[in-house]
Amino acid sequence: MMGSTLAAAGGQTWDSAFAKSLIPTMLEGLWTTIQITLAGMAIALVVGLVVAIIRRSKIPVISQLFGFYVQFVRGTPLLIQAYFAYILLPDYGLTLSPLVTGIIVLGINYSAYTAEVYRAGVEDVPVGQWEAATALSLPIQRTWGRIVLPQALRSVTPVLGNYLIQMFKDSAVLFAISVYELMGHVDTIGSDTYRYLEPVTIAAALYLIVSLISSQFVRLLERRLVLSR
Amino acid sequence: MISFRGVSKSWGDNHVLRSLDFEVAPGEKVCIIGPSGSGKTTILRILMTLETPDEGLVVVNGGTLWDVKKGGHAKETKEMKATRRNVGMVFQSFNLFPHMTALENVMEAPVKVLKLDKQEAHQRAVELLGMVGLSDHLNHKPGRLSGGQQQRVAIARAMAMRPTVMLFDEPTSALDPELIGEVLEVIRELATGTDMTMLMVTHEMRFAEEISDRVVMFDKGVVVEKGPPAQIFKSPEHERTRKFLRAVLDY
Ligand SMILES: Nc1ncnc2c1ncn2[C@@H]1O[C@H](COP(=O)(O)OP(=O)(O)OP(=O)(O)O)[C@@H](O)[C@H]1O
Ligand SMILES: [Mg+2]
Repeated sequence: MMGSTLAAAGGQTWDSAFAKSLIPTMLEGLWTTIQITLAGMAIALVVGLVVAIIRRSKIPVISQLFGFYVQFVRGTPLLIQAYFAYILLPDYGLTLSPLVTGIIVLGINYSAYTAEVYRAGVEDVPVGQWEAATALSLPIQRTWGRIVLPQALRSVTPVLGNYLIQMFKDSAVLFAISVYELMGHVDTIGSDTYRYLEPVTIAAALYLIVSLISSQFVRLLERRLVLSR
Repeated sequence: MISFRGVSKSWGDNHVLRSLDFEVAPGEKVCIIGPSGSGKTTILRILMTLETPDEGLVVVNGGTLWDVKKGGHAKETKEMKATRRNVGMVFQSFNLFPHMTALENVMEAPVKVLKLDKQEAHQRAVELLGMVGLSDHLNHKPGRLSGGQQQRVAIARAMAMRPTVMLFDEPTSALDPELIGEVLEVIRELATGTDMTMLMVTHEMRFAEEISDRVVMFDKGVVVEKGPPAQIFKSPEHERTRKFLRAVLDY
């Protein structure tokens, strides 16, 4: 793994030609990272929502179980969850590619955070909204779908956007379970050529550029949501 | 018809309703008055199923809303849900859906609960909003409306479910003084022009006197006295009523 060859990589000087030659491969890695992030976020958004609704519904035992789920996932490092899934899932007959395993782990991990974000958003919806829905005999699914969630989601969309950016960076951890994303490429290039300076620098630059652009986008979104209130 | 039989409700050792017996005849317009904290809102909220009684029987139009035995638990039954459909409520703080237009607010329940088709619901919503004087604001969201306009949308929204019982909990007390009149005017029209049963908590004593068939004076979770408005306001029998009226009328 990275550590052993990295130790031998001290004192290198920047090689522009070498760096340039890496860019196409690195961009490929970036593209994989973006796909992982989008797929992982899709899982996190859906699972988190289900968890938040179940917890709020106060179904005895089940709501508590999901509360425990949130604490458990938030209380353990993403890297360890990734290792566990990578090592243990095949034992249970679930043989998934590292990529798919990585996406699921990332999605599940973030679902615990999105669940809390949704929860805060739902708690922000005044109790009078629920009461008006009851007074109109609106069914519970309709109350969630048409009254509560539209108001809750509005206030939490920028927060979810920031989690998306964080997930984009966190996905780097997945190279540890041999997912061939951006960091995976760095690792491979490094162990093949014994040069880390260039691939690590390029990776950092790519992470930074995408993060900066995305945060600008989130900020814009936030402003628009506030304005259209 | 509304009937409370032996209804009790407490929070901790705050006994808000004490074995309350209370009836409202079909079509009757009843105003509930009484000091703050006496349980007026709680009565309406139990009728709207926003609160559960600890004990007692509540029946609306022959349907059982609540039937809780001593030491038992209030349950949401099918009958309760069906019965609740007869009841509408107008809240002190309007509680309009802020992300929907006035029209959408009024159409939501008829389409989803009464299963009217969109066109019919739309037509009825337009009529109702016209009735409360808001024809020019059909497509405005609550944020663009004054408090008085919002409360009128809320009244139209409640009416759209065609309730036979309407509850009003201090419908004008969150409004600026100059907006109270327009809301009272709409309620007055409902009181004189429909045979809905109306139950209203209000501090607008003159209005209560004018529109109600009966006034109920409430204190500490029990009915202190009830009767025609003229009697309650002009010659109350109980000292507590006299004291309460002196306090609010002087104000
Ligand atoms: N959810 C609750 N939890 C605890 N206590 C409550 C709750 N709802 C109401 N109460 C208490 O019950 C009592 C009666 O409340 P209620 O709102 O019915 O009074 P009210 O007659 O409507 O008063 P007001 O004129 O101030 O509106 C009050 O002492 C109130 O503090
Ligand atoms: Mg009250």
